[in-house]
Amino acid sequence: MARQMTGAEMVIKALADQGVEFVFGYPGGAVLPIYDELFQQEQVKHILVRQEGGAVHSAEGYARSTGKVGVVLVTSGPGATNAVTGLTDALMDSIPIVCLTGQVPTHLIGNDAFQECDTVGITRPCTKHNWLVKNVNDLARVIHEAFQIARTGRPGPVVVDIPKDIQFATGNYVGPSNIGHKTYKPRLKPEAAGIRDAVELIASAKRPVFYTGGGVINSGPKGSQLLREFVRLTGFPITSTLMGLGAYPAADKQWLGMLGMHGTYEANMAMHGCDVMINIGARFDDRITGRLDAFSPGSKKIHVDIDPSSINKNVRADIPIVGDVAYVLEDMLRVWKAKSPVLDKPAHKAWWKQIDTWRAKKSLSYKTSSDVIMPQYAVERLYELTKDRDCYISTEVGQHQMWAAQFYRFEEPNRWLTSGGLGTMGYGLPAAIGAQVAHPKSLCIDIAGDASILMNIQECSTAVQFDLPVKVFILNNQYMGMVRQWQQLLHGNRLSHSYTEALPDFVKLAEAYGWVGMRCEKPDELDDAIKEMINIKRPVIFDCRVAQLTNCFPMIPSGKAHNDMLLGETTDEEVGRAIGKEGKVLV
Amino acid sequence: MVNANPQSHYVGPGLVQAEVTRTLSILVDNEPGVLARVIGLFSGRGYNIDSLTVTETEHEKHLSRITIVARGTPAVIVQIKHQLERLVPVHRVRDLTDEGVSLERELALVKVVGKGEKRNEALRLAEVFRASVVDTSLEHFVFEITGKASKIETFLNLLTEVGLVEVSRTGIAAIGRGAASM
Ligand SMILES: Cc1ncc(C[n+]2csc(CCOP(=O)(O)OP(=O)(O)O)c2C)c(N)n1
Repeated sequence: MARQMTGAEMVIKALADQGVEFVFGYPGGAVLPIYDELFQQEQVKHILVRQEGGAVHSAEGYARSTGKVGVVLVTSGPGATNAVTGLTDALMDSIPIVCLTGQVPTHLIGNDAFQECDTVGITRPCTKHNWLVKNVNDLARVIHEAFQIARTGRPGPVVVDIPKDIQFATGNYVGPSNIGHKTYKPRLKPEAAGIRDAVELIASAKRPVFYTGGGVINSGPKGSQLLREFVRLTGFPITSTLMGLGAYPAADKQWLGMLGMHGTYEANMAMHGCDVMINIGARFDDRITGRLDAFSPGSKKIHVDIDPSSINKNVRADIPIVGDVAYVLEDMLRVWKAKSPVLDKPAHKAWWKQIDTWRAKKSLSYKTSSDVIMPQYAVERLYELTKDRDCYISTEVGQHQMWAAQFYRFEEPNRWLTSGGLGTMGYGLPAAIGAQVAHPKSLCIDIAGDASILMNIQECSTAVQFDLPVKVFILNNQYMGMVRQWQQLLHGNRLSHSYTEALPDFVKLAEAYGWVGMRCEKPDELDDAIKEMINIKRPVIFDCRVAQLTNCFPMIPSGKAHNDMLLGETTDEEVGRAIGKEGKVLV
Repeated sequence: MVNANPQSHYVGPGLVQAEVTRTLSILVDNEPGVLARVIGLFSGRGYNIDSLTVTETEHEKHLSRITIVARGTPAVIVQIKHQLERLVPVHRVRDLTDEGVSLERELALVKVVGKGEKRNEALRLAEVFRASVVDTSLEHFVFEITGKASKIETFLNLLTEVGLVEVSRTGIAAIGRGAASM
């Protein structure tokens, strides 16, 4: 039965009915009625961020680490525009976010009113869908629809823009049941023919490789579990994109490590040389494929994706399968087990032997040092000293992000929070905060760069207010390392504005926020310092001073193919010559 | 489609696809912003539109029909279709050209100014093309013409010789032949 209430009451009621525990937000004039309702109840808790951009990244960290929808509440105008980067980030990485924005009252819309902006216009290209609610009787339905659309199909961010008069108006509330959308019906179950063809092709492969992505994580724990079962059943090698790390355990012997621009040699060579590629929930992004016309030239490709527009977008699929990863794998496993195919064991043995020779290159090796902390070493030690704990790792964007992906090993899904598609500096700290909100007892660490961390440093204050003992582990090389590396590769080592001068004293900065600040400069002091950090029950900034000019290897230079990688022993001159004219225009 | 490198079956350098023109019929919920979503998709992803029309077609059901004539390689056209289908208010997308059923019409209002022999010639051309006169004075005509875009194109080309000064075209309305409906 419909119940009468105000729009603002409806917002809170709808959130509660959707099972929302936490909202990340920041108040302002156009959302005051909703904040007043928040104040008068206890079911939905509000985490006050320090900038709206932080709210969206925190909601992303919350969503990514729980599989639930992250919820954001911001005011009109600047509140909404500050959220745009986070929304775009969530769209690129398929993270479910419901963002509620206040708007000026309906009669003022279009008048350039104070703090008015065209929120639905601005966020249209960076959301999966958005709504401007002009009738209070639509509000509850729209919010429930928003959750449904954010969560299902290929997940993504949505915006509900609510004018202030609608928040005050009284109308009918409807509950979350009976929300059946007329047009929005994502396809979850795959067609049987595709599954049959795929199983046949997989069974006949001589040099197969699984290439998996964020879609496996988005499919939920069942997706990862079925992937593990299927991959082990076949005995085939498996690699994953940055977004898919953790879906398959890194400790397993079939695991080749991450692929792509900074992926391992064995993963990229296996992709290049395979005869059957089994893409599960990845999208042939340009960081993965390198030069398209030389990408895995001899293979037949199976592409499983929930989004039909991902298929044949960059790379032609021989067997396209549209569906949710868990449904697809369930069907594949059933057909596989029923068929119990005879595999070409000798061919697979030869393939693994080939892979072992690639592995023997040890593409992640680096020059060790006893004087300075190598950044790779710092991540390795961090991993060794935290691997037995219940950990969530986020990152900012840059070299440290790639080293984290290479050297921190993930055994489970949802433990790795990083900005992949958009590559947003400033993501890691708020994301760690969001993960910590969801998992108060876990160890949430942001592996950061000295430049990136300053992009959302204000969120330190949020962590203090809500007793969130997050750790920020800065690989401080005093450069925008990734920019510097590209300038060396592309621009004759002219380091234009990539040195981060006038960095703050991170220890004092931590203390100013009420955090604990630590610094470490010597490799032989690193272990003790990391242990100390872990044991501190408060938030910590760990300023880890690392070798300044280290490059991130291996690397597929832009415009090159998978079998054209730069490895760790590359000299500076070779680095300078590696990219041709065509590659330079690529990013 | 010409595959320059038979070793590789990728869309990308090495594979040259010729551009084609396709008429897409898109059934959408007539809700605020729906046209902006469709157009934003084209501009944001760099797709080409040659013609676009939109009007509400079923008032009670709040349905509108958008007809887009798009240009691109076959791979891009397929992308366009999938991207459109991804939009939440989109019910259905049909590629009428691909299905070989496209019936297409356009209407144009055309103003011609002139005197003497040019004026007579304009009127003769209008008769040949079955355009009707909807407004006139001693020195101008406004013609209304309906038909395929190519017919209108030819008409306009001829009129440039005899005093064409202004054109307003509706863009293409299209529907599938046969008893089946969208
Ligand atoms: C918001 C934003 N601005 C600019 C960039 C471009 N960018 C990519 S990596 C990078 C440098 C990051 O430096 P730092 O955080 O110190 O990490 P490092 O590479 O040194 O590990 C920059 C500027 C970006 N990714 N995001």
